Order: sequence, then structure tokens, then C-alpha cells
Amino acid sequence: MSEQRRSVAIHVPVLARVEGEGALDLRIEGGDISELRLRIFEPPRFFEKFLEGRHYTEIPDMVARICGICPVAYQVTAAQALEQLFNVELSPWARAMRRVFYCGEWIQSHSLHIHLLAAPDFFGCNNAIELARIAPDEVRRGLRIQALGNELMELFGARSVHPVGVRIGGFHDAPSLARIRELREKLRAALPEAEALVRWTAGIAVPQDDQAFVSVAMRHPRDYAIERGVIGASDGLLIEPAAFDDHFAERHEPTSTALFGSYHGQPYLVGPLARLNLNHARLPEPVQALLAETGLVPPSRNIFHSLVARAVEILLALHEALRLLDDYRVPDSPWAPATPRAGVATGCTEAPRGLLWHRYEMDSEGCVVNARIVPPTSQNQARIEEDLRLSLLEFGLDHPDDALRLHCEKVIRNYDPCISCATHFLRLNVERT
Amino acid sequence: MKGPTAIPVKPRVAVHKFSSCDGCQLALLNLGEDLLELAERVELVHFAEAGPIDPMAEVDVAFVEGSVSTPEDLERIRHIREHSRMLIAIGACATSGGIQALRNNADGAEWVTRIYSHPEAIASLAHSTPISSHVKVDFELWGCPVSGPQMLAVVNALLLGAAPRDNADKVCTECKRHGYPCVMVSRGIACMGPVTRAGCGALCPGLGRDCYGCYGPAENANTDALAAQFGRQGLEPRAVVRRFQSINSQAPAFLAAADKARMACDE
Repeated sequence: MSEQRRSVAIHVPVLARVEGEGALDLRIEGGDISELRLRIFEPPRFFEKFLEGRHYTEIPDMVARICGICPVAYQVTAAQALEQLFNVELSPWARAMRRVFYCGEWIQSHSLHIHLLAAPDFFGCNNAIELARIAPDEVRRGLRIQALGNELMELFGARSVHPVGVRIGGFHDAPSLARIRELREKLRAALPEAEALVRWTAGIAVPQDDQAFVSVAMRHPRDYAIERGVIGASDGLLIEPAAFDDHFAERHEPTSTALFGSYHGQPYLVGPLARLNLNHARLPEPVQALLAETGLVPPSRNIFHSLVARAVEILLALHEALRLLDDYRVPDSPWAPATPRAGVATGCTEAPRGLLWHRYEMDSEGCVVNARIVPPTSQNQARIEEDLRLSLLEFGLDHPDDALRLHCEKVIRNYDPCISCATHFLRLNVERT
Repeated sequence: MKGPTAIPVKPRVAVHKFSSCDGCQLALLNLGEDLLELAERVELVHFAEAGPIDPMAEVDVAFVEGSVSTPEDLERIRHIREHSRMLIAIGACATSGGIQALRNNADGAEWVTRIYSHPEAIASLAHSTPISSHVKVDFELWGCPVSGPQMLAVVNALLLGAAPRDNADKVCTECKRHGYPCVMVSRGIACMGPVTRAGCGALCPGLGRDCYGCYGPAENANTDALAAQFGRQGLEPRAVVRRFQSINSQAPAFLAAADKARMACDE
């Protein structure tokens, strides 16, 4: 006990392998947590403000720049919102290809997260390069899957970071049948690799955590919701994206440059585990079978299952891309014409990290009057703090600082926070009195 | 710069991030198995997203992504400069201030109060500025984002003891090389290719759409002629302003072109 009463203040740069610049303040007093805060201080970039006055044709290229890892999510959400306002009906081809394009991003982002950001923790490694020395085949497999996700994005966007293919009404161009055939072969060859990845992640020993939380994700009557659907929650909520503000709120804390989201005043979870919890019955049959084999029975209350959830979603995305590219034909036109009109556009999709919601007020010329964008990480932020508190108490506060720090990092990485969609490190301040 | 031949066989390399979207670091993280090869050939001493953290370390080469946009950034970039033999700015944010530099023309303080309920907690400089506004930069790699091949070319040049090179010619030259029909001539699309720096491989015209200038201004860019051409194509002056005020709004050539077009708006 005398050890614990000793006043300890540590200022360590800790959390590598996240996207964003943040800090964690942890104060332990008399063996209890008296303060726990995830502080985000990634510099604000003011996207919502400088979108004002911009023409609708520019929006997909501009919002992509919010995040280099999930630009497709931003582009597709914005396009979906504006297409709805402008009454643009996407062709069946464009609708299907938007989903394929989005699958590419899920595959890329999830594989990057599993292998380069999250997995090293569970093997006592500091990074993926160290992990590649003890698990070379697994890391190389992961990098190949990540590359395939990038290739799928490049098919429609010419590059995977800030792709240039999306336009309001569809895509600027359609890939040739020859390129699709080539990619289909690669996707097919990747299925057994992704199945092995699911088994590998399921075999990684993770803490057995059990917490009560509300899962929020999009839902669709037939599909595992990605690029369209309504907003659902594990307590039964089912609403149109336009009604988001009636149930969800954002508040600004003085410690952060991100906003904290809440659902009916409470923290909530978005992202792969929330989606799996709500939509596991929509997974294709072979994916459900493999999930059952792993022993993970959704809904799960253990956030550490996020690792497996990401692997399962990679497999789902491969199956979906293959299904939708199966009878591919080059369309007469890859896009439908759009005529702007004034009004409010809302759009919502499932970014790799969770629900992404956009709202644009547009004038009759097709220029933005005002914009609001609610990214997944700000929605998860309150849940991350709540989780850290419960998880640390379960873990035990008398562990050495290094062990506490590592545990905090593991918990935070489960959420794959894209802190303002940019990177740095987290500083942990532990104060013990 | 002391000369690239001073770079040792296995250089110590850092990748730093300032205000940005992370997209240029992905040029490394998306290298696939080449990333593992790269990790053998250089010593990655600081690359937070990939794992290694030692922001204060002495390095041979520092790659810097992002723009300077907070008071703390100012301190940090000076420190990095002092501890790096070679500093390479990568991407539009680091070379021109990036898309977030669109705030440079607006009242940033007013924006903060509109978005955040605790504006006092937001440390943000009025302007988002490129790295070269603050410290000496040895080499700039333009692009939003820079690509994996561009990055590898720089790293390979350094490993071979050669000075890195970049193509400052226009996107038009890449279109011609690929045999793409000119979207401006054949389809009347207001394309930025004639004034935009090469390097992407003319991706946008390759899809039949306009280049939107994400690689920044080319050398000897004739923005006056292009703005006049945009006018003949029916673009209103404020649409011409928007063309030049996007990803690289503060690059001098684009800023000057936008100012001229703005004067036409006022007339």
C-alpha cells in the first residue's frame, strides 16, 4: 500500500499504432481511478467550414481528404446524401459497384489494422516488423490481403488513397471486363487466405472482458449493411438517417478537438463488433459457418472480439465483391445525370470504423450552405473512456505503469480510433497519490 | 544539405506527422511486402503509426507529412530540423499547407467558435502553412497523396547516394505519354492538367474526368492562359477561383491565379 500512496507522475509517449494524435490522462488515488480522460488534440482542420460555398461536384474529392485510410467512406456517404436530395436514381450497376468499391476499403483498412496496428500487442511485439520475424507467413498474408483491398479500390478510383472515380450519380468511368476477370481470380484465390485469417485471429488469446453497452450500426433487410440501410441499435431502435439528431447528440469537451457522441445521453459502440452484433444473421452462409466454428457467438460483450470481427468482415467483403462482380457487364453509362436543388441532404454509411453520418444544406445552384460530418471515432470516444475505466478495474490497478499503459493501449486499439483521421501518438499521464 | 553521399549504408529514418489525413504515410504502409524489405534496408527509428516511437532521435532522413497549424507544431518542426541531416516534406499539406489551408483566407477564430463550445481549448494558428515556411527543407515531394513508387524512388536514390529527383513538368505530358484523349479538347471539361505538376500518372484524365490540381503547380505554369480558357469554356469567375483554391490553395502560383480571378468576380 505504501507503494501506491507514493505520488507517481509519468509522462510517456505511448500509444503508437493508432491513427491520430491523442493523450490519455490517468490519475490513481488511494487505489482507485479518480480521473480518466482520452484527450484528443489533433489539430482541427475545419472541413465543415471550408465546404461552405463549394459546388456539389467538388464534394467527393474534398471530403476524401478527411481521412487517408477511409476516403471511400467519406466519398460514398457524401454522394449518397446528395443523390437522394437531387433525386438521382443510381443504375443497378452503379449501386452494386459502390458496394464493391466500399468492400475494397473494408478489406484494406481492416487488414492494415489487424496486422500493422493491433496484432503485435498480443505477441509481445512492438510493431508489425517485429511480428513478421516470429509470424512471417501470417504478416505477409495480411499485407497481401491489404494490397488486394487497395487493388479493388484502384479498380474504380485509380488510386486507393483519395481515389478519383466517384461522382454524383455513379462513377466517372467503368472498369473493363478484362480487368474485372483478372481481379475476380485474385478475389477467389484470397478466400482461403481470409478464412485462415479468421481462424488465426480467433486463436489469439485475448482478455475475457464482459461489459454492457449499446451497439449501433446500419441495418438492411437483406444485406450486411455497408453503403446503405437504416440506423439500428441493440435496444431495438430503427430510424432513417435523417432522424439521427433526434436520438444522437455530440458535445464538445474542453480537453478535445473531437466531439463526444451520445445516444439518448449514454455512450455507445459503433464499428465492426457493433455491426457483427446487430447483423451477424445477414452474413453469407459460409461466413456464418466459419464464425460458428470460431466459438464467437454474437452478440458479444467483449470488445476484444473486435479483432475477429474485422477478420470476419474481410471475408464477408471478399464474398460480396465476388458475388457482385460475378455477372459484370460494362454499363452504357457509369453515371446518371444530376440536377441540383435546394434542401437538406443526409447520408449514412458504415465506414471501416463505424457509422459515418453527413448532413449538407444545399442552395439551388448546388453549393453547400452548411455541412456537418459525424465520424465514427467521435461517436466511440465516450465508450472508449467508459471501457477503459471498467477494463482497468477488472485488470487491476496495482500493476506496474508499463503494464497499465499496455492494457490501455490494447483497449483503445480495439476501437481502431482514427483520431481526427490523422496520426500521432498518445501520451499517458499516470498520476498516483 | 550536406550532400546525399553523406547518408550511411543503413540510414536512420523518421516519419513525422503534422496536420494531415495520414494518407501520405500510407504510401509506406501500403507497400505490402516491400514494407518489410524497406524495414531491413533502413532503420525506422520513429514512425508512430507503424510502431516505432522516438520523436526526439537524431536521424539521417526525416520524412515530414502534414502542415504546421498549431503553436506546438512550430516548436516541433524546429526540433526535427535540428536533429535531422536531411528533411524531406511529403504531400500537399507539407509542401503547400494542404486543403486545411483554405482557412487561411477566412476568419479562423470565428470558425473555432462556430464548431466548438470550448473554443479556449483549441490551440490553432490562424494559418496552415507548409514546412518550408518555418525551416529549411532539403527536398519536397508534392502530391495529395504522394504515391508508393514516388516514395520508393526517393528512398532508393538516397540509398544509392544520389540526390532525389522529381518531375515538375505538367500532367499534360503524362496524358500524352499514356495516349489519353485530352478531356479539355475532346469533351470541353475544365481540366487543371495544363498547370498541374506531374507525378500521379494522369489518373483523372485517365478516367475521362478533369484533373483537379492535387499535385500542386507545375514549373512555369501558365495560369493566366488556363484561367482565360476556363472563361471561354463558360466557367464563371467564382468557379475559376474554386478551381485554383482547393487542395493546394496556398501554393504561390495557384494563390495568385485565384486572386486574379477574384478581381474579375468583383468587377
